Amino acid sequence: MLDFPRWKQAWYWFITLFAALAALPSLASLNNVHWPSALPRPMINLGLDLAGGSHILLEANADQVRRQRLENMEESVRARLRQAPTRIRIGDISSKDGSLTFMLEDQSQVDAARDLILPLTTGAGLTGQRDWDIRVDDGSRFVLTPTKAGIDQAISAAMDTATEVIRKRIDALGTREPTIIRQGANRIVVQVPGLKDPQALKDLLGKTAKLEFKLVDSTASASDIAQGIVPPGSEVVPFENAQKNGGVAAIAVKRLGGIKGDQLTDARQSFESRSNTPVVSITFDQQGGAKFAKLTTENVNRPFAIILDGKVLSAPNINEPILGGSAQISGNFTVETANQLAIALRSGALPVDLKVIEERSVGPDLGADSIRKGMIAMLIGTVALMSFIFITYGRFGVYANVALVFNVLMILGVMAIANTTLTLPGIAGFVLTIGAAVDANVLINERIREERHRGRRVVQAVEMGYKEASRAIFDANITNIIAAVLMFLFGSGPVRGFAVVLMIGIVTSVFTAVTLTRMWVANWLRKARPADINL
Amino acid sequence: MKLLKLVPDHTNIHFLRGRVPFYMVSVLLIVASLTLVATRGLNLGVDFIGGQMIRVTFTQSATAPVAELRESVGGLGFGEPIIQQFGKPNEISIRMKLPEGSEGDATLADAMARKVTATVKAGHADARIDGVDSVSGKVSGELFKTGMQALLAAIVAISIYIWVRFEWQFGVGALFALVHDVSLTLGMFALTQMEFDLNIVAALLTLIGYSLNDTIVVYDRIRENLKKYRRMPMPELLDLSVNETLSRTIVTSLSVLITLASLLIFGPDVIFGFTAAITLGIFVGTYSSIYMAAPILIWLKVNPTSFVQVESEMDRQERLAREAGGQ
Repeated sequence: MLDFPRWKQAWYWFITLFAALAALPSLASLNNVHWPSALPRPMINLGLDLAGGSHILLEANADQVRRQRLENMEESVRARLRQAPTRIRIGDISSKDGSLTFMLEDQSQVDAARDLILPLTTGAGLTGQRDWDIRVDDGSRFVLTPTKAGIDQAISAAMDTATEVIRKRIDALGTREPTIIRQGANRIVVQVPGLKDPQALKDLLGKTAKLEFKLVDSTASASDIAQGIVPPGSEVVPFENAQKNGGVAAIAVKRLGGIKGDQLTDARQSFESRSNTPVVSITFDQQGGAKFAKLTTENVNRPFAIILDGKVLSAPNINEPILGGSAQISGNFTVETANQLAIALRSGALPVDLKVIEERSVGPDLGADSIRKGMIAMLIGTVALMSFIFITYGRFGVYANVALVFNVLMILGVMAIANTTLTLPGIAGFVLTIGAAVDANVLINERIREERHRGRRVVQAVEMGYKEASRAIFDANITNIIAAVLMFLFGSGPVRGFAVVLMIGIVTSVFTAVTLTRMWVANWLRKARPADINL
Repeated sequence: MKLLKLVPDHTNIHFLRGRVPFYMVSVLLIVASLTLVATRGLNLGVDFIGGQMIRVTFTQSATAPVAELRESVGGLGFGEPIIQQFGKPNEISIRMKLPEGSEGDATLADAMARKVTATVKAGHADARIDGVDSVSGKVSGELFKTGMQALLAAIVAISIYIWVRFEWQFGVGALFALVHDVSLTLGMFALTQMEFDLNIVAALLTLIGYSLNDTIVVYDRIRENLKKYRRMPMPELLDLSVNETLSRTIVTSLSVLITLASLLIFGPDVIFGFTAAITLGIFVGTYSSIYMAAPILIWLKVNPTSFVQVESEMDRQERLAREAGGQ
């Protein structure tokens, strides 16, 4: 074992120094030391619990996607059959139990109707399944049922769009380095470091920003609306802020014939010229502008409701046709809320409502405090431990201690190279790894001591010590790896950060505590050839 | 230089002589811990039961005005808050249940957080809001489930590994020791009502890993001695193995405790519970590897012959190498 060829020694030193040097930029940054920008700078990321910031888990309402899909299909079927060369008349379309059902008035048109409806469906998934299942019962009753593959595809598409929209909104807030990841079937994780006020972010994410313009149904009486009774074809929509609308809680609007606010090219916060109150100015694209002009031209002197996410913002009168393709939305805004709405409208509506189901925010002060205290604890712990190891094992303790220092640097270096994230439990994992890393040296040194007592000569005792101890070191570290891997698989956020540090620490500590110390001890034994060792 | 020797060179402590009473005490402690967990319950954090936790530091005050906050925050109509100190006396966490109906309308939880922080800040100019955790019932349920799965999976996977590397009796012994360690730590949390959150699950997993360290070192020595001293009675052989590894056990445990102590005293307050759990686990784990993992081998009738019969290829090669070297 005293035989360490030169190339092997060089190789071990290379690995050690390479990993250790990679730790320097991160250490410099933690201690606010300038790192020359010409040099490469692998960095350890700080987790949100250290850097301060917000972690927000959003969940989409999958039912809503299903409902929306049914509604869209209903509209498409209606339009398609109406616009057919020979019009196909149908009865009411009912959407019970997640399927659409309708009857043809003329049974002979079944095949023609099927030919028209079939192109409305597309393939879904990899199995050649279609996204809708079309069935005809009793000769003339069509049943359209969404397939599982179709629904999954729709949800997935909605989540893709939602992720994009969220990214746009967060970018508009001007925050740096947000992480936005889809998780599972219908969740999105948003992580934004260094945010002073997570409230604004949450307000923005929670807004679906579905803007609609619908005509007010003035035939409905106030008392009927209060009871939820409205003429057919109308629906009750509550006011966003009832008090400021003279105590009126809701109004009736016509379900169809309105326009959606998704065809915008711009939205800005501005001020209404006369009252100087904050409003949101919107600009339609060409198509949307044309629709808006048509709607306002046909309904001069009638009120229409501006509806945002199912709540009426305001219901102004159409005084004159609005032809320019731009409009102002008023609705008891402050400058901030108007600005927020403008951002939300600019980045587009979310295709589905998102709900915050988990939020973790950490103030920047607490994080900085944690880093400082973690560093101090690490420093004191390491120095105390090194002293203990030195007085217990003397020269062999020095080897163990030097290995320990390299171990610390290597863990940091590997973390920086792999660009992993250091979390608060990660710091604890770090300190703990330092304590546990010396276990390998303890095992080896105790074994050497034992072998000496049994009367073996120095070189043989050292050789046996390393050999016999290695087995237990190996088994012990494998079990630790098992625990760490499971922690990583099942854990979330900060706990994962802890698991990563443990895993890296286990690997580097075996290298430094066993391989490096063996090399140093071997070199010493070869040079000094001691007849006895103080252990 | 005279080196420090915590354990004399040749100890001969009869650890296993008191194995029956010790075992009975241990089993009793496990039962007591589990009963305590079942009756008194764990003080589950928002990670596991859902709700909102707001951390506040009163930067200019020596102690946080807990009683007064309990009144003012409790008066907001969101139910009784649980206010706890963590770390220093001027750092507290305010825990509340999420308001009724917040599963459907997320803005309700938000509104509550806003009101609570506003109330705290209005009464105390030096209040610094350090963090807000808001976890819905759905997520907390999932976190609890995966946390428990991770613990179970770790215990089972590690036991299987020991079984494969040693013998099935050793696997059972390790399993028993792990159950002992986890139960006692859980019991400790039920007793002190320290907050039990996700970090504590990580602490338990760590503790499982380290408790196993000790057990493996002792087992490794037992295996070695079983091959060396074929005719030695089991209790004597176990005592010998524990004594031979005693110095290492003490030095390693002390090493880990030194670093943990530094974390407890100087480290971040937020992870105090986490560090405390691991510290406790080091004591429990060291005890269990001597008094739980070893004696069970006697009862499961491990003896030199049973070991030699199933000598693994790796062990065989080692033995051959050793024999060859000895000639």
